[in-house]
Order: sequence, then structure tokens, then C-alpha cells
Amino acid sequence: MLGIADPLVLAAFLGCIAVTAVSVLYGILRRNAAVDEVTPEDRAWAIEEQKVEDEL
Amino acid sequence: MSAGKTRGTAYKETLVVGHSAVNWVDIVVVIGYLLTTGYLGWLGYRRTRTAADYLVGGRSVHPIIMAVSYGATFISTAAIVGFGGVAGLFGMSLMWLTFVNIAIGILLAFTVLGEPTRRLGHRLGVHTFPELLGARYQSKGVQVFAGLLIVLFMPLYSAAVMTGGAVFAATQFGVEFEVALLVFALITAAYVIPGGLKAVMYTDTFQGLIMILAMAYLLWFTYASLGGVEPAHRYLTEMADLVPAPLQAMGHQGWTAMPRFGWGAAGYDLWWTVVTAIILGVGIGVLAQPQLVVRFMTVRSRRELDRAVPIGAIFILLMVGTPYLVGSLSNAWFAQHGPLLKGQVVKMIDAERRHALVGLMEETAPGRWAPVINPKTNQPATAPMVVAAHEPAQDVHGATLDLVSGRAPAVVYAKGDADQIIPTFISTALPRWFGLVFFLALLAAAMSTMSSQFHTIGTAAGRDLYERLTGKHGSEPSVLVMRIAIMLGLLVAVSISYNVREGYVIARFTAIFFGLCAASFLPAYLGGLFWRRATRAGALASMTVGMLVSLCWLLLVKAKEASAIGLVQLVTGGKTSLLADYPNWPSVDPIIIALPLSLLTLVLVSVLTKASDPQHLRRCFPQEQGR
Repeated sequence: MLGIADPLVLAAFLGCIAVTAVSVLYGILRRNAAVDEVTPEDRAWAIEEQKVEDEL
Repeated sequence: MSAGKTRGTAYKETLVVGHSAVNWVDIVVVIGYLLTTGYLGWLGYRRTRTAADYLVGGRSVHPIIMAVSYGATFISTAAIVGFGGVAGLFGMSLMWLTFVNIAIGILLAFTVLGEPTRRLGHRLGVHTFPELLGARYQSKGVQVFAGLLIVLFMPLYSAAVMTGGAVFAATQFGVEFEVALLVFALITAAYVIPGGLKAVMYTDTFQGLIMILAMAYLLWFTYASLGGVEPAHRYLTEMADLVPAPLQAMGHQGWTAMPRFGWGAAGYDLWWTVVTAIILGVGIGVLAQPQLVVRFMTVRSRRELDRAVPIGAIFILLMVGTPYLVGSLSNAWFAQHGPLLKGQVVKMIDAERRHALVGLMEETAPGRWAPVINPKTNQPATAPMVVAAHEPAQDVHGATLDLVSGRAPAVVYAKGDADQIIPTFISTALPRWFGLVFFLALLAAAMSTMSSQFHTIGTAAGRDLYERLTGKHGSEPSVLVMRIAIMLGLLVAVSISYNVREGYVIARFTAIFFGLCAASFLPAYLGGLFWRRATRAGALASMTVGMLVSLCWLLLVKAKEASAIGLVQLVTGGKTSLLADYPNWPSVDPIIIALPLSLLTLVLVSVLTKASDPQHLRRCFPQEQGR
């Protein structure tokens, strides 16, 4: 199949496409599933992160 | 000039392919690219620039930008030139690494590790990977240990990235490797040192897009020039008998087949190298890459992570899958379209397909042909070949001979050096303009990866080592330490690239660093996220065992690395491995031994030592405690 005789290499070739397809499907299905909320903790972390980057 | 040198030069010239000198168009395009990158960086500084800025402003990063930016950090010249070349040498079994990179490096990492890492990092207010481990385990020792390991060993990975770019530039523009390395190092340093350390999302995305365009064209061109997907694979499958003898002896069964599997004979070495070092070492190691783990903390929410998965997977499929396929298929391309080589048939391999082992010859005087001598072995050079034509000729003594001309697999034109396969293929097979685009893609890949590598080295030296050891926070000397560490890291990386050039070093350096990170950090990192019973002592013991076992294995057992370092020869009186008399052990990657031992140590020591402070655990995992 597809010119590849070794089933393990063929599995890797098709597996790459399959796992990418699963990833795309996952992203589409869960597009709005998770909560999208920025907590004060998140914001405090980001302000400190800006300082770290500015220092560097 | 000595006779030996003349012969060596002749051997080199016999296999010379596709070199071309640098011209003004190249220079203008490269400068244009650098100016665009600089402009985007400047735009980034004026407006919202990094993921942290988006988060402070309460805005979302577009999933495409998030995923491409992560992917550009993940993928470097090491993957494209180094591992692409290894695929040219060992074949399409490397597609398993692409599979693992997507399944583990994207799907598992984003969906299982991303959110817990983000939450824990924000709760504990940490900004580096060593700080994450140190804060979770309330241990200065854990943080300092992790910081030290990063500062000491990450330059090895940077050297792999730099070598990948320099090898390509040298082949594409026909300059010496040393000159290409210097120019490549100066360009990346000019980007990394003044401003590239900030993960400005515009520039990361611009760099990622150039990489996407280059890889998409490369993949299309390769399949189109070989007649399509199925004919290209079939032709490569039918070339199995053209695999050079030294590779066959290691267990190579063709470029579309897995290496021979078994234990206890040298003929299985390749399977153990490909599966343990390349597929598992790099595939698992990506989970514990400090520069990638901290990326999860810059994400705004779980939703952003979920949305980035599809683009991330497609990006990695294209960025990693393309060089592995093209590296393998370059053997078919050279066998069909490569420059003609001449010589005398030594052995007919398959008369029907005109596959033969040919002793290479060069024309020393008009109409007179002499064998080409391989300078490494000092023996007449031979190559497996698809014979295209026969013609009568004379040897140097005037005797008639049947001179054949034909084409060989890419590994022959690259003189068995995996690092040369992708550069040789691009400079020979593709139009010159594409060589320039590909160089820009490599520059982009190197810049985006190296900026995060040196960011990690700098923060490890400043925050994790200097500040933790002196107790001074956010001080001027800490920033100075960061800058010195970055400069030193860059110098060490350039020195390693300059001095170590033997046998697929790009992939090996990358595999060493990824394996070391996996064995040293992964159990402590996973334990820190998911197992509340994991203790400070357990983490420190696990990291120590993982690192020591990995380093001892590299120094004394793994033949390729141990023999290059040289300590094992002193210990054993000249052997290349402590286990040289036990076949296959010298090919097994340290990760196979070190990671299970490190994991076992974490579990055993944690169970036997006092549990972490419950109040601290409530801070780390509030929702679990509340249930």
C-alpha cells in the first residue's frame, strides 16, 4: 500500500496523518468547551512575567 | 601536495554536487528578511508583544499565533537538517518520531500537561522551569540543580541548532563551514542578544510562516519530481539492495523498512539506535524541555490550549514529517536524477534493475581512468549504483575496461555524512531561489529556537542560580549574571559546533540533551503536577539518579558518545564501551535505563520520606483538596 511494503513503516506514515486528524477534531470539538477566564492570579503572574522579560 | 592529499581531493571532487557561490541577490534577500524580522520585533515592542502582555491586557492570543509560535520554538535546524539527514541515512522508520512528536509533543502535552502546568505556575508565581520544580517541592536544592543542568547542557542543543544552519549555508553558498558558522552565529547573536530573547509573537509567527512555506514547497517538489506519492515510495522500496554495506551490517533493510529487530548480535544495532535514541529519546524528551514547559504558563486559559492543538499538530506534521520524508526520498531522487558517477562494476547486485556495486573511477588523463581512493580507508572507493550506460575506456596502463556510468543513493553523494544529506539534496535538486528561501527558513527556525534556549539559559543562571544562592532578588547583578551566562552559552555553543563534526552530530547532540532532560526532569515534573505524595527528597533523588545514570551511560557505555569523549578507552584499555563484548548494549540510549530508574527513585524515596506540607499542597492543588 502506498508503495511501502513494511507494515510498521506504513503504520507510522498513516499514523502521522491519523494523529493529526485526531488533533484537528479535538480542537474543533473542544473549541468552546473549556472555561476562558482570566483570574487575578493569572494577571498578577503576567505582570511579574513582563518584569522578568524587561529585566532580561 | 602529498599523494594522499591528492587522492583525498579527487575522492571529494568525484562526489561534488550542486555548490554555488553566494551572490548579491542572496545578500539582499537575507538582509531584507532580517530587516523585516527587526521591524516586526519593533512593532511588537510598541504594541502588545508577548503572551504575558496579552494576558495582562485580558486579551486572547489567536490560536494560530499561539500554535505557530510554540511550534517555531519546538522545531529547529536540528530537526530539519539533522534528523532529516538521519532519515536519509536510516530511512522512513523515522516517521515514528513524527508520530510521537505530534501524539506526545502536541496532543498529550497540550491536553494533559498544559493546563496543570499553567495553573500550578500561576498559583506559585513562578517564571522558569527550575523555579516551578523548586516551588512545588519547596526546595532550593531542586531549583539550583535544575538551573545548573540547564546552564551546563543546553549549549549542547544550541550547538546542534547552529551546526544545522551552518552546514546548510556552507553547502548552499559554497563557503567553508567555519565561515558559515561564524556568519550564522553572528546573525543569530545579533537577533538574540539585543531583543530576540523576548518571545515577540509577531516575529515568532512570521518565522513560523516562512518555515511552513518552505516545507510545503519542498514536500510538493520532492514527490512531484519522483512521479507522485506511491511511485516515489515504490521506487525507494525497490532500492533496498542499494543500501551501503556498513549500514546493512547494522541491520538496515531498506529506506522504507524498519531496521532488523533482535537482541544479541551487531546486526540489530540500528534498531536499538533508531528506536531508543531517536524515537524514544527525542519523542519523550520533548515533554521535559524547560523552554517548552514555560510556554504553557504564558497561556491565558485551557480554552486557548485546546484551540492551539489542531494548528500545532499540522505545523509539526509539516515541519518534521517533511524533512524525514524528503531525507529518505532524496535517495530515490539521486538514484534517478543525480549527477553521473563513473567506474567499473565490482559486483552485479540485480541485473534486471541494473543495480551494481561499482568501483569509482576518475579520468586522470584524456581517455585514461584510475580508481578513486577513499581517504578514510585508503582503499578504492566503491558505491552501490543504478547503472545508466556502458562505454569502452582504458585504465592508466592502457588496458581496456568496461566503464559504466550511473547514479547512486543520496548517502553516497553526501559521503555517508547524514548532516550533509539535506543540504546536498536542496543545493542539487531544487532551484537556486529555493535554496535561498530554505536558508531563510533555517535562519527562522534557528532564531526562534535559539532565542528561547538562551532565554532559558539566562533566567536559569540569573533567577535559579544567582538569586537562589545569594538570596538577592531582582537585583542589577542578577541581570548581569543573565547576560554573562547568555554570552558564555553562545560562545560554548559556537566552540562545540566548530570542534565536533563527526557522524550525525546534530541529531546526536539533540538526542543527548532531550534524553538528559527526560531522565532528570520528567518524573519530578509529572510527580509535581499529578502526585501529591511526591516529596522534596524524592524529587531531588530522582533528578540526581536520572542525571548521573544518563551521564555515566554516555561516558562509559553508549559507544558512539563514549568513544568520542575518550574516558572509556582509558578505563577499559582501548574499548569503545564498558559493554563492548555484549552486542547491542553499546547502542542502547541512556533514556531506556535512566528514565525508569529515575521514576522508580521518585516513587520509592517519596513513599519512604515525610509527605509535603498539607498547607502548601492546598495552595498547589486547591480544587482537589476542596473535593
